[in-house]
Formats: sequence, C-alpha cells, structure tokens
Amino acid sequence: MSTSTQTIEQLANREYKYGFVTDVEQESAPRGLSEDIIRLISEKKDEPAWLLDWRLKAFRAWQTMKEPTWGNIKYGPIDYQNIIYYAAPKKRPALQTLDEVDPEIRRTFEKLGIPLEEQKLLSGVAVDAVFDSVSVATTFKEHLAELGIIFCSFSEAVRNHPDLVRQYLGSVVPYTDNFFATLNSAVFSDGSFAYIPNGVRCPMELSTYFRINARETGQFERTLIIAEADSHVSYLEGCTAPMRDENQLHAAVVELVALDNATIKYSTVQNWYPGDSAGRGGIYNFVTKRGKCLGVNSKITWTQVETGSAITWKYPGCILMGDNSVGEFYSVATTNNWQQADTGTKMIHLGRNTKSTIVSKGISAGHGQNTYRGLVKIAKGARSARNYSQCDSLLIGDQCGAHTFPYLEINNSTAQVEHEASTSKIGEDQIFYCRQRGLSTEDAVNMIVSGFCKEVFRQLPMEFAVEAQKLLSVSLEGSVG
Amino acid sequence: MLTVSNLHAAAAGREILRGIDLSISAGEVHAIMGPNGSGKSTLARVLAGHPEYQVTAGEVRFECVDLLAMDPESRARAGVFMAFQYPVEIPGVSNAYFLKAALNALRASRGQEELDAIEFMTLVRDRMAQLGIDEALLTRPVNDGFSGGEKKRNEIFQMTMLEPRLAILDETDSGLDIDALKIVAQGVNAMRRSDRAFLLVTHYQRLLNYIVPDVVHVLADGRIVRSGGKELAFELEEKGYGWLEAQVGG
Repeated sequence: MSTSTQTIEQLANREYKYGFVTDVEQESAPRGLSEDIIRLISEKKDEPAWLLDWRLKAFRAWQTMKEPTWGNIKYGPIDYQNIIYYAAPKKRPALQTLDEVDPEIRRTFEKLGIPLEEQKLLSGVAVDAVFDSVSVATTFKEHLAELGIIFCSFSEAVRNHPDLVRQYLGSVVPYTDNFFATLNSAVFSDGSFAYIPNGVRCPMELSTYFRINARETGQFERTLIIAEADSHVSYLEGCTAPMRDENQLHAAVVELVALDNATIKYSTVQNWYPGDSAGRGGIYNFVTKRGKCLGVNSKITWTQVETGSAITWKYPGCILMGDNSVGEFYSVATTNNWQQADTGTKMIHLGRNTKSTIVSKGISAGHGQNTYRGLVKIAKGARSARNYSQCDSLLIGDQCGAHTFPYLEINNSTAQVEHEASTSKIGEDQIFYCRQRGLSTEDAVNMIVSGFCKEVFRQLPMEFAVEAQKLLSVSLEGSVG
Repeated sequence: MLTVSNLHAAAAGREILRGIDLSISAGEVHAIMGPNGSGKSTLARVLAGHPEYQVTAGEVRFECVDLLAMDPESRARAGVFMAFQYPVEIPGVSNAYFLKAALNALRASRGQEELDAIEFMTLVRDRMAQLGIDEALLTRPVNDGFSGGEKKRNEIFQMTMLEPRLAILDETDSGLDIDALKIVAQGVNAMRRSDRAFLLVTHYQRLLNYIVPDVVHVLADGRIVRSGGKELAFELEEKGYGWLEAQVGG
C-alpha cells in the first residue's frame, strides 16, 4: 500500500465531526401516523381550524399515494408507522433574550458554530434557529421589523400573520404534489417564514440552521418565503445532524414566491449525517423545493451544496410564470462511501422571454452514486424562452458512479435550449503533479475538487462559500487511494 | 548532490531501468539523451517519485539523504523539481492560486513564513518579467486551454518561482518552436548557480545549443551506455543513436 493510501485511510476513519446528542428533556408524540396524531400536532401548536383542515386533506391524499420508485436510489422500506411525528423541547415560558435559552441548547449551537452569540450577530446574520421542531430563538427580528420584513418561525407566522400564510401556503407546492411533500403537508412541525414587503431590499442574509436531534424523529420542516414587488432577499439554509445508527427520514418543503421585479436567492449547505463508511445509518433526505416567479422580471436562484445524507432526493425548481422572469440552479452534490444522491432541478417556462440556467456539479467517490435529473419544460405560450444547462461529473476512484438524466419538453419553436455535459476523473497524474510541487495528496484533491466546483461556489455568499469548501473537503476525506 | 547507484525500476511489471549509475554535483548541468523507449523519462519520473514506477533495486541519494524513501511532496520540499513532459491541466484552479499554494507549502516545510498576497505578487511580477510571460497567465486555470508552448513555459515559470536545488527537465524542448525554446533556455541559464544542479532529459541536441551541459549521458535500453562532454551531443546528432547501439551491441 502506498503511503498516500495509508494517510487517506487514516483520515477516512475520523469520526463524523458533528455527531453528538444534546440531552434536553423531550416531549414526544407516540409513534405512528393517524388523524389523531395530526390533530395532536395541530393542537400542540394551537393552530386555526383551516390549517388543521388543510393538514387532514393532505393526510387523506397521502393515504392514497405510493412512495415514488423512479429515483436512482436504493434503500430499505420505510415504516411510516414507526416514526415519531412530533417532538419538542419541554415547554418553557416565552424567551425575551438569548440568555434565557436552555444552556444545553446553547452549547449545541456553539459546537455547531451557529452565530447566536451577540458578537457574531454583529457580523450581520439573523438566525432563526430550529432545534428539532420548535424555534427556540429568533434574533435581529426587531431591526428587520423596522423595514417591515417578517422573519420568524412558521408557527409564529401562523399565529401572527395567518392571512399571508393562508394565501401562499401550498400555492407553489400543493398538498397533493408528491408523496413526500404531501406527508410534510400533513405533519409539518415547524420551519421558517420570511416576508419582504414592496420595494425593500433585505439588508442582511437571512439564515436558518436546521438540526435533527431527537432520536428517530422525522423532521418535517416547512419554509415559505414571499418577496413582494421590487424586493430582494438572500436566504441561507445550513444543516448538520448528530450521528445515529437508525436511518432518519427528513421530508422538507420549501416554497418561494417572487412578485414583479423581486429577487430571491436561496442557498443551502446540507451536511447531515451520511452514514458510516460501511453504509450504516445516515439521513434519508426527501425534499421538495420550488419557487414561483409569479411577477414579471422576477428572479429566483437556488444554490445548493449537498455533502451529507445517506440518500438525497431533491429537485429545487422554478416555475417561470412572469414574462422575462429568470430561474437559476447551481448545485454541487457529493457522494462518498455509500451515499446516494438523485438531485437536479425543474425549470418550467410559462411566461415569455423567460430564462433559466442550470449548472450542476456531481462528485462521486468511494461507492457513492450521483445522479443528475433535470427537467426543462417550455410551455406553448412561452415565446423566446431560453435555457442553458451544464452538467459535469467528477469521479474519484473506480467504485463510484455518475448518471445524468436530462429531460427536455419543448412546446414552442422559438425556444433556445442548450445542454452540455462532461464526465472526468481525478487522475493519478493530476495528484502527482500537485505533489511534485510540494502539496500533500489531501490538499491536491481539495484543490482539484474546488476548482471543479468554482462556478457554483461563486454563487454562494462569501462566508458560506468558505464553509462549503471546508465541508466538501471533510466529506471527501478518504476518497483517494 | 545527487548520486544514483545501480538503479532498477519497472512499470506494470516490465523492467525499464536496468542499472543506472549517475553522479551530479552542485552547479552542474547534465543532459540525458537517448532514443525513444530508452528510459530517459522513466529516470526523471522515478527521481520525482511517480507512483506508476516501482524501484526494484538500487539507491538514490540526494544531499546524502535516501531519496527513494521519500514521498513525492517531501522530495519537492527538499528541493527536487521536475518540469513535466506533459504538464497536467487543473480546470478551475488559477495558476496564481496553485503557485502560491505550492510556494507556501515549500516555505512551510523549511520553517519559513508564508508569503502574503503582496509579497507573492511582487515576486511573481519580477519572475514573469524575466521570462517575458504575460501576466494574464496568472488568472488562467493551471495549464487548461494552454498551447503546448505555453504549458512548457509555465513549467519553467514555476521552476523560477520555486527555486529548486535540483531541477529535472523532462523533454521540455519537445514541441517547442525556436522562440519558445530560447525562452526556456534563457530561464534555465539565468538560474544556473553553484549550489543548483540541472538534469535535462532530451531527445534532440538542439536544446543543448542554448543550454550548454557539463556532462552528456546516453541512455539505451535502460542503461547509461556512454558519458562525455558536450561534444558527445554533436557526435550523436551527426551519427544518430544507431551508431552507439551498434557499438554497444558489438
């Protein structure tokens, strides 16, 4: 065995950095799913009747649906009756300041490096921290409120802004959309809500850290962002989860609505527990994310860096309704060890002169399987629509796989659609070249991979790009040998 | 500085080097010539530690240290540089970033402080001017989309930045037009110093018109069959490799 292989194997044996469990008294619902459980969730959250009704309709629809099997992913059956659908840290009186937050939870956030500390807040990040299912702290809200921006937990939005929630909930991802989104609609626990009023440019990156903590608790987050006419918002979502033996199901829904001339930038770094090197454990991540460019000249950009989870199944898409609206999707997806990712986007062009850009970078290492699946649909009325797609795959080692499934549906002859794809392999020669210049194998791989992902990282806000790059190198440790 | 004794090396189970003996002192320029398949490039790559080759016998000492026991990056950090015959492309990584990472890795291994961006750029501009290289090269991805000549010049540029003790040039002259060849030669000549040595691997005598070697070795079938002064290169050019092979065979 060469020395580089040994070094790499040592690195590979390092433990998942974020694998710890916070010991907070939990309040959980019994296992399983029924109308009673949904009523319980709704009651715990003190929800209005219309929302309970919506959940129940979703649940009834879900009972008639089948789990999709078209994904290029393999996993054992999920027992939906063996999942706890609601867990919350024990109720405490409403919190006025950060000091009142449970010290255990504070320590967890600190370990994760979440900027809840005052000095970190000064760096300009407002955080709505979702600890398991209930929001425990929201910061910067007052400053944002002065501008008329609403940034709060989903539950709070239901309480304080029911009309907005009612108007937009399910307007992009209807409760009948797909098996996992429908399940989410029935049981979602909490999530984030942002509303940017007319003409306001949100002065800071809005940021949410989701964290799966309670053992065997499915996470069903729901996020809704509404950007009114002429507004602008950039939203960051980052995740880490503690180490677990059992697989955990995660089925989130994110809905974005952009009105005339509005811009929404949604960036994700996903680093949930990917399972161990033998493929045991890890998060199952079935996510539905969709944005609607409802207004003219509106723009929605999805940027994702997916390094974690045992299974990733997500296709953040854009419905380009408004004339001249723009949809963008920039993605880096990494699969190492036994991780599987089936991810991509859907760009649905309905309005005239609508434009979409897709840049997808898949990195496969170990026994990882990485699939790009994307749909570009140009509707009959979408005159002069344009799409550019680029799908690149990078292979590290010879046990992994890369797959590309681009679907095109073009119903208007004025459309211009371009698709480029490439597959390359990190070669011994590239690594040797770097080592001959004095760089270690690990640094060489990191450099080659970040070069490959450059176009996507460029889309991320600065601090996030640095974090993403670090995550990528951690997730690829042990991949070359 | 470099002592190679009875070096045997193989690739994919096939023996290519069959007992090389070579000694290079500081300040010297040695040229290794020989027909295709004689093992010239293999020798260069084995010295640099390319993982494709297995050393089956022999010893290499670089400044009294066992070079073969070191991994490629340690050899580089000890001052061994190889200009590649086929420089490798690294898309998305700028030349400047790559070079700064390499330079700082070498500096760190010597206990020197890393250069900051300003110090680095000052050095880069100085070296680029010496070689007449366009600064646009810095922002381009490493060797990606470079012409053959640009790649070779980039190797020499890296060499002048990294300031090795022993520089091995693996057929840097092949595929170069006369102007590019002159630039390469000028870069090497400017770096000749009493504490630095060069090993030039070349198929043609042409390069040696511009870089005058102290010693010329002729490699055939994995062995050095003849060594001599610079006039050996002219003799070879005139008579061809067949002449030597016939002599050795007879």
